[in-house]
Amino acid sequence: MTEVSVAEEDKAATGELVVLKSVNKHFGALHVLQDIDLTIARGEVVVVIGPSGSGKSTLCRTVNRLETIDSGTISIDGRPLPQEGKELARLRADVGMVFQSFNLFAHKTVLENVMLGQVKVRKADKKQAEDKARALLDRVGVGAQADKYPAQLSGGQQQRVAIARALAMDPKVMLFDEPTSALDPEMINEVLEVMQQLARDGMTMIVVTHEMGFARSAANRVVFMADGRIVEQAAPDQFFSSPRSDRAKDFLSKILHH
Amino acid sequence: MNVLLDHFADFREGFVGTVLLTLASGLLAMVLGVVIAGFRVSPVPPLRAFGTAWVTLFRNTPLTLLFLIAWFVVPVIFAPGMSPWTKALLALSFYTSAFVCEAVRSGITTVPLGQAEAARSLGMTFSQTLRLIVLPQATRTVVAPLSSIFIALTKNSAIAGAFSVTELFGWQKTLSDQGYAIAWIFLWVALGYLVITFSISGLFQLLERRLGVAR
Ligand SMILES: Nc1ncnc2c1ncn2[C@@H]1O[C@H](COP(=O)(O)OP(=O)(O)O)[C@@H](O)[C@H]1O
Ligand SMILES: [Mg+2]
Repeated sequence: MTEVSVAEEDKAATGELVVLKSVNKHFGALHVLQDIDLTIARGEVVVVIGPSGSGKSTLCRTVNRLETIDSGTISIDGRPLPQEGKELARLRADVGMVFQSFNLFAHKTVLENVMLGQVKVRKADKKQAEDKARALLDRVGVGAQADKYPAQLSGGQQQRVAIARALAMDPKVMLFDEPTSALDPEMINEVLEVMQQLARDGMTMIVVTHEMGFARSAANRVVFMADGRIVEQAAPDQFFSSPRSDRAKDFLSKILHH
Repeated sequence: MNVLLDHFADFREGFVGTVLLTLASGLLAMVLGVVIAGFRVSPVPPLRAFGTAWVTLFRNTPLTLLFLIAWFVVPVIFAPGMSPWTKALLALSFYTSAFVCEAVRSGITTVPLGQAEAARSLGMTFSQTLRLIVLPQATRTVVAPLSSIFIALTKNSAIAGAFSVTELFGWQKTLSDQGYAIAWIFLWVALGYLVITFSISGLFQLLERRLGVAR
C-alpha cells in the first residue's frame, strides 16, 4: 500500500493533470475552438481570459465533456475522456464545475445539494456525507444556511454553496466559468476569497474570469483566447504589464478603462 | 327514476368497472409515458427514435381503431386468448401514454438546462439526472395537463363498453334494450362519469397546491 502511494505521489509530482491536444470544435459553421493545445499541471491555477464569444466557456465545458469535440484529444490524469456513459460519469465526478449561474438544485436544500453527489455518485454513507457537507459549508462560510433552499440565498452565498457542492466530490481539478459575472459587486469578493483559499490549498484550477485581481494574486498562468484560438499565455504579471500580441493589448486596454 | 334502483347492482358493477379500468390504464399510461419521455430526451439515438415512433403512432391513431386492432389483430399475431379487459387496458393505456409522454416532455423542457448540466458534472448518469433532478422539478408543470389527460381517459374508457367490457357506458346499452326511458339512463350514466372526473380534478388540484407550497 505504501509503495503504491509513493508511486502515485511520484506521478503527482511530475503530473500533467489536464492535457488538450489539437482540439477542434465547430458549432455549425462557427469554428469555435481551433487547434487548442493546453497542458495544466497538478496544482496549477490557470486563468483563461479573452473577449466575449472567443470560446472560453466552450473550452471549459469540453474538459468535462459537457461539449463534445470534433477532433483532437483531451485527457485527465492520463486517461482520455471516454464516450458518454457510465465511465464518463465516473470521470466527471473527478472534475468539479462551477457555473456562472450557480445551477444549484432548486428543489433541494443547501445541505442536500452538497450531499447528493456523495451519496448517489460516490455511494457514501449518509451520515458521513452529511458531516462532510456541513464541514464544507462551514469552510465556504455558509454553514448557517444549510437547511434553506437555494432561492432563499444571495448570489454570493449560492455560488459558495456551488463550490462546496463541487468540492464534496474530492475533485482532481476544478473548472470555473465566470463564477463572479452574475454577482452584484459587493458579493464578488466573498466568492473570490474562497477561490483564493482553494488555490493556496493546492487545488488544480481552470478559471475563466475577468477579475484581474484574482489572476494576479492566485494564478500561475494566464491564457489569452481570441476567436477560438489561444493567442498568448504568460505569467500574470508579465501578461498584464507587457502583453505581446496586439489582440491582448487591445483587449486589456478595453477592460482597464472600465 | 326507478331504473337506477331496479338495476343498482348492474349500475354499481359498471361504475366499478369504469373506475378500475381507468385506474389501471391510468397507472400503466403514467409509467409508459414517463419512460418514453425519458427515451425521447435520452442521448441514445435509437431510444429517441423509438420514443418518437411510439408517440407518433399512438397519438395519431383514433382510439376506436386501436380497440379494433387490439380485438382483431393482436390476438391473431401476438397473444391469443387475451381477456377483453386486458385488451381494453392495453388499447387505452398505450393511447394515453403518448399524451402523458408529451406532457412530461414539455414539463422537462421547462426545467433550466443548467440543472441537468450541474447533475452531469457531478458524475450522475443520465437516468439519475432525470430521476433525481429533472423530473421532480418538472412535476409541477406536468400536473395540470395530466389532470385533463386522465379525465379524457375516463371518458375514453366508454369505448370499452362497446366492446362488451363491463363498464358504466355499457350499462346504458343493456337497459335501453330492455325498454327503460333513455333520458333517465343517460342522466345516471353521466352522473357516474361526473363523480369520477370530479374526483380526478379534485385530486390533481390538491396535488398542485401541495407542490405549490413545497418550494
Ligand atoms: N450551444 C451553442 N450552439 C451554437 N453556438 C454556440 C453555442 N455555445 C456557444 N456558441 C457560440 O460559440 C462562440 C463561443 O462561445 P463561448 O464559448 O460561450 O464564448 P465565451 O465564453 O468566450 O464568451 C460564441 O460565438 C457563441 O455564440
Ligand atoms: Mg462564457
